[in-house]
Amino acid sequence: MKSIKKLALGVAVAGLAATGALAENVKIAFIDPLSGPFAATGTNGLHQYEFAAEKLVNEKGGVLGGTNFEIVPFDNKISPKESLIQLQVAIDQGIRYIVQGNSSGVANALTDAIKKHNERNPDSRVLFLNYSAVDPALTNEKCNFWHFRFDANADIKMDALTDVIAQNPDIKKMYIIGQDYSFGKAVASAAVSMLGAKRPDIEIVGNELHPIGKVKDFTPYARKITASGADAVITGNWGSDMLGLGKAIIDNGFEGPIYTYYAAADGITAAFGEAGVGTLKLVAEGGDAPPEKPEAQEYQKAFKAKYPDGNISQSRITNVIQMLAMAIDEAGTATDVVAVANALEGMTFNDSLWSNNPMTMRASDHQLIQDVHIYAHTQVEAPFDMDNSGFGLKYENSIAAAGEALPTSCEMERP
Amino acid sequence: MSLFIVNILDGFVTGLLLFMLCSGLTLIFSMMGVLNFAHASFYMLGAYFAYQISLLTGFWVGLIVAPVIVGVIGAFIERYGLRRVHKYGHVPELIFTFGLALLIEEIVQFFWGKSQMAYEAPEILDFAAFSIAGNTFPAYKVFMIFVALGIFLVLLYILTKTRVGMTIQAALSYPETVQNLGHNVPLVFMGVFGVGTAMAGLAGVIAGPVLGTFPGMAVLLGSIVFVTIVIGGLGSLWGALAASLIIGWLQTFAASYNVRMEDILTGLGFTKPEPIWDSAWQDLWTLTLPQIGPILPYLLMIIVLVVRPQGLFGKRET
Amino acid sequence: MSTPSSTPLKAGTQRLIPLNHALPWIIAAVFLLILPYIFDSRSALTIMNQMAITIVFALSYNMLLGQGGMLSFGHAVYMGLGGFFSMHVLNWMSDDPWISLPFLPIFGGLFGLMFAIMIGAFSTRRAGTVFAMISLGVGELVAAMSVIIVIFFGGEEGVSGDRTELLDFFGMSFGPQRQVYYLTAVWLLIAALGMYLYSRTPIGRIANAVRDNEERAEFLGYSQRHVRWISFCASGFFAGIAGALFAINFEILTEENLNLATSGSILLVTFLGGVGFFVGPIIGAIVFTLLQTVLSLYTEIWALYLGILFVSTVMFFPFGLTGLLAIHIQPWKLGKISHLVVPYAKMFIPAVVGVLSAAAVLEILFHARHAGLGEEEMNLYGITFDSHAAMPLIIAIVLAVASFFALVKLAPGLKAAWDEATHMGGAKQ
Repeated sequence: MKSIKKLALGVAVAGLAATGALAENVKIAFIDPLSGPFAATGTNGLHQYEFAAEKLVNEKGGVLGGTNFEIVPFDNKISPKESLIQLQVAIDQGIRYIVQGNSSGVANALTDAIKKHNERNPDSRVLFLNYSAVDPALTNEKCNFWHFRFDANADIKMDALTDVIAQNPDIKKMYIIGQDYSFGKAVASAAVSMLGAKRPDIEIVGNELHPIGKVKDFTPYARKITASGADAVITGNWGSDMLGLGKAIIDNGFEGPIYTYYAAADGITAAFGEAGVGTLKLVAEGGDAPPEKPEAQEYQKAFKAKYPDGNISQSRITNVIQMLAMAIDEAGTATDVVAVANALEGMTFNDSLWSNNPMTMRASDHQLIQDVHIYAHTQVEAPFDMDNSGFGLKYENSIAAAGEALPTSCEMERP
Repeated sequence: MSLFIVNILDGFVTGLLLFMLCSGLTLIFSMMGVLNFAHASFYMLGAYFAYQISLLTGFWVGLIVAPVIVGVIGAFIERYGLRRVHKYGHVPELIFTFGLALLIEEIVQFFWGKSQMAYEAPEILDFAAFSIAGNTFPAYKVFMIFVALGIFLVLLYILTKTRVGMTIQAALSYPETVQNLGHNVPLVFMGVFGVGTAMAGLAGVIAGPVLGTFPGMAVLLGSIVFVTIVIGGLGSLWGALAASLIIGWLQTFAASYNVRMEDILTGLGFTKPEPIWDSAWQDLWTLTLPQIGPILPYLLMIIVLVVRPQGLFGKRET
Repeated sequence: MSTPSSTPLKAGTQRLIPLNHALPWIIAAVFLLILPYIFDSRSALTIMNQMAITIVFALSYNMLLGQGGMLSFGHAVYMGLGGFFSMHVLNWMSDDPWISLPFLPIFGGLFGLMFAIMIGAFSTRRAGTVFAMISLGVGELVAAMSVIIVIFFGGEEGVSGDRTELLDFFGMSFGPQRQVYYLTAVWLLIAALGMYLYSRTPIGRIANAVRDNEERAEFLGYSQRHVRWISFCASGFFAGIAGALFAINFEILTEENLNLATSGSILLVTFLGGVGFFVGPIIGAIVFTLLQTVLSLYTEIWALYLGILFVSTVMFFPFGLTGLLAIHIQPWKLGKISHLVVPYAKMFIPAVVGVLSAAAVLEILFHARHAGLGEEEMNLYGITFDSHAAMPLIIAIVLAVASFFALVKLAPGLKAAWDEATHMGGAKQ
C-alpha cells in the first residue's frame, strides 16, 4: 500500500513537473468547467481564448517584443474546491494570470484564495482576470486589488436594461423570476429598485425565485406569469433553467418581451429556434451583432472556420487578451504582477475589433466600464448565427458607458 | 378557479410521465430486489436515441425504435452485468447500477457533447389543443396523457390477465418455487429488465421535447423516481400510479401558489423584524412555497418511511 | 478464498494493539513525516492534503458501509455540517481567539456527532433499503437547505474564513502549506487510529454481527437498532473531523460540500478501494484523488475512465482494489508467490499495451468528434498525429484487440499458476 501511494504520487508530481517545464511564454491559466454539465460553455470559452491569444497577440508579434501568450486549460468541474486545487497547480507551473468566468460561487472562492495567497506568498503573486462572473459583490464589498472584471456586472446590466424598458410605454406590468441564489437575488433586487426609480408606474406583478437546477417542468410558472397579466418578464436564469423557463413561457402563448441575461449560445439559441423570435431579448456587453465591421466579420469567420461547432459568445474575451497584452507591454514585465495590475488599473482601451467603443477599467473597483446593449433573438445568416441554427442575436439598443454612475462600496487595499 | 383546473391538468401530465418511469422501476425492484439507480439514465438514452433517429426519419419512427433499442441494451446489461454482480448481494448490485448511471452520462457526453439537443415535438402535434383563461394546453401534452394511460392499461392487463403476467407475479413472491416449477426465472428477469428499461426509454422519447434533452436530464429526474416508488410502496403498480400523481400535483401546486412564510408568521401574530436583512431569521421570513417545492417529495418520503416503511400501497417491507 | 472481511481483523488477541500491529502505524507516521520533503511543491501539498481529507471521510463512510452494512447516500451531510460549523467557530473566534488551529477539528467532530445523533435517531431504525432511502432524502433536504438558509450556509458563495487568525501553535501560524500539511497529517493519523481502535472494541465487532445477521445479534441480547445508531454516530463524528480539515485547508465551504454528488463520490471511493478492509478506503481515496485531480489535467474524458474503472471494479473485483491485493496473501503465506511472477510478467506487457491502446481509441474518437477544424493534429503519449486519419485509429484498435487476445491466451496459464500457488502441499493432482 505504501509503495502504491509513493508510486502514484511520484507519477502525479512527475507529471506536474513535466507540464511546467515548457518554453518561456506568458502563460494564462484558464480555470473553468471542461467536464460535467457546464462543459459546453467552458470548452467554448477556452476555444475563444486560444483563438484570441493566437490572432490578437501571437500573430501580431507577441508582447514585450516577441513573447507569446499561451492558454493553459484547467478543468475545475465547476467546483470551488477543485478550482482551488487547480489554482495551486497553476501557480506551481509558474503561471501568474488566472482567467475564470463560469459561476460566481467559483469566482468568490478564487478571489478570496488569491487574495490570501498573494498576502502569504509575495514572491508568486497572481492576478485574477474575471471575464464572466457578474455577482456585484466581487467589485463591491468583496473587491480586492488582484481581481479585475471584464464583464458588466449584474447591476450594470440591469441599469442598462431598465433604461431601455423605461422607454417602452407598452410595458405596464412586469414579472421578475430567477434562480434562488445570489445572482438571481441580485437581479431581482436591482430590477425592483431601478424600475421603481425610472418607471414608478410599472407594477411588479410577480417577483419570485425558484430552486436552481431542480425544476423539471416550468409549466406551472408559465401559467402563473400568464395569470398575472404581465406585459414583460425579466429573468437572470442560465443553462437549462433558462431554456426550460423560456420555452414554457412561450409555449403558454406569452407574446411580450422576455428580458434575459443568458439566453444565447451553447445549444440554447438552437433549442429556442423559431419560437423565441420576437419575444427573447438579451442584455450584454460587446459589439454589433451581427458584426458590421469587416475586421469583426473576418475574425468571426475565421473562428467559425476553425471551430464549426463553436460560437463567439463572449466577445469580452478578446478584451481580456488585448488589455492584458497592453498592460504587460506598458509595465515592461510579465512577471511583476503588481506592475501589470497598476497598468491595468484605470486603463482606457479602444476596442478596434468589434466596435469602436472606448472602455475604462475603473480604478476604484476594477470594474470595466463599457457600452451595454440589448439584443433580440432572431433569424441571422450564417456564419454569424449561433449553434449553426440560422438564429442568433441582433443589435437593438445601446447604452453608452453603462453603469458609470453606479456607486461602488469597494475599499481597495493596494500593496 | 380556471388556474386551478389548469394546474390539475399540468400535475396530471407530470404525474403520468413520472409513472412511465416508475412502473418499470418498481417491477424491476420487486423481481430482483435491486433499486436500479440507472433507470433515469435509460430515460435519457431514450431521448437521445429518438433525437438521433428523428434527424433521419422524423419523430414517429423514433417513438417506436428508440425504446426498443433501449430495451435491448437494458436486457443486455442485465444479462452480462447485473446477473454477474447478483451473486455478491444487493449492495454491490445497487452500487453497480449507481456506477452505470455515471458511466451512461459520460458515454452520452462522449457521443453527443454537452449542449442541449434541439429535439422537437412533431409538427403535426404542434398546436394548442385548447386553452383555459389564456393558458394554452398543447396537443402534445394530450398525446402524452394518452400514451401514459395506454401503458398503464396494457401493463395492468398483462400482469393480471395473461399467463406471462401470472408467472411474473408468482416470481415476485416465490422465485424459488417458480423456478422449481420449470419456469426459466433468469429469462423472466431479463425480460422484465428489458421491458422496464424500454418503458423508461419511451418516457424519454416523449419527455425529451418538453423537458429538454441534455446530459443532466437523468440526474434531474434520477432520485425523484426512487422517491416515488418508495412512497407508493415497492412493487405495487397501483402504488406507483398513486404516488406519481401525488408528486405531480404536489410539485405543480407548490410551484403555482406563492404561499409566503411572511403571511403565515404575521397571521400567527409575529412581527416582521425590520430591516429584514439584519435579522437572524431573514431566511425564514422570506421563504416561499415555490422555493421548497422540489424538496417536498423527499420530506414526504422520509415521513412515509418513518411512519409506514412499506410505503402507501406496499404489502411487504423492503 | 478466505472471506475478505475477516482478513484484516484475523489475529484475535487480548490487547487492543499488539506490537506487530503497531508497526504499520509507526511506518505510516514516519512516511507522512518525510513525504513533504519528497514532494514539496505547493500543488503536491494541496493534493496530499486533499487525499488525507478524503481518507478520513472514506474511512468514516466505511464504518457505515463496510462495518455496519448501512448504505448511505447522504454522508456528505455530516462532513459538510462539521465543516460549516468549524468555519463559523473559526470566524467567531478570529477577533478574540482562545485556541489554536489544531484544535478546530474537535469542534467539527462534535458537530458532526450532534447531527448524527439527531438524524440517526430515526434513520437507523431499519437497515437496508429503508436506511438508504432515508439517507438520500436527508441528503437532498440538507443540500436544498444550504441554498435557502443563506445566513448560515452563505448561499452559493459559501462561508469563508482565514485560518491564520487563531493563536499561534508553537510558533506556527498555519499560513504556509507545509504547516497545514503536518496539521492534516497528524489528524489523519489520530482519526485513522481512532477508527481502527473503534473497529476492535466490542461495540465495533457487534456492528459486524448486526451487519451479517440482525436476528442473531438480537438473540445475543444486542438491540440491532442501538448498535447501528452508535456506529452511525461514531461515523458522523469522524466525518465532522474531515469537514473541519477541509475548512482548514480550503478556507471555504460551499453547497458542494453537502450535495448528493459528494455523497455519491465517497461511496465510489470507498467501494473502489474495497469495503471489506480497513485499508480499503485509504487506497480508494488515494487512487480517486489522483484520477480526479491529475488525470483531468491530461484528458477531458477522465470521468469516462473513472466510470469504466468503477463499473468494472464492481463487476470483476467486488472486493475492490484492496481485495485484488489481498488475494495474494494466501500464496505469500504458503511461500508460493514466486509461482505467480512469471505469468504476471508475461501478462504485463499485453495488459499495459491493451489499456493504453484502448484509451487511445477513445481519445482519438473523442478528439476527432469534438476538436475544432484545422485542429486535426493531436498528441498522445508523446506522439503527434492526425486524429481524423484512419491509420492511427486502426493501429490503436488492432493493438487493443491483439493485446486482448494475448491476455485471453495467457489467462489459462495464469489460472494454472494461481491454482498451484494457492494449493496447500505439493503439486496439484
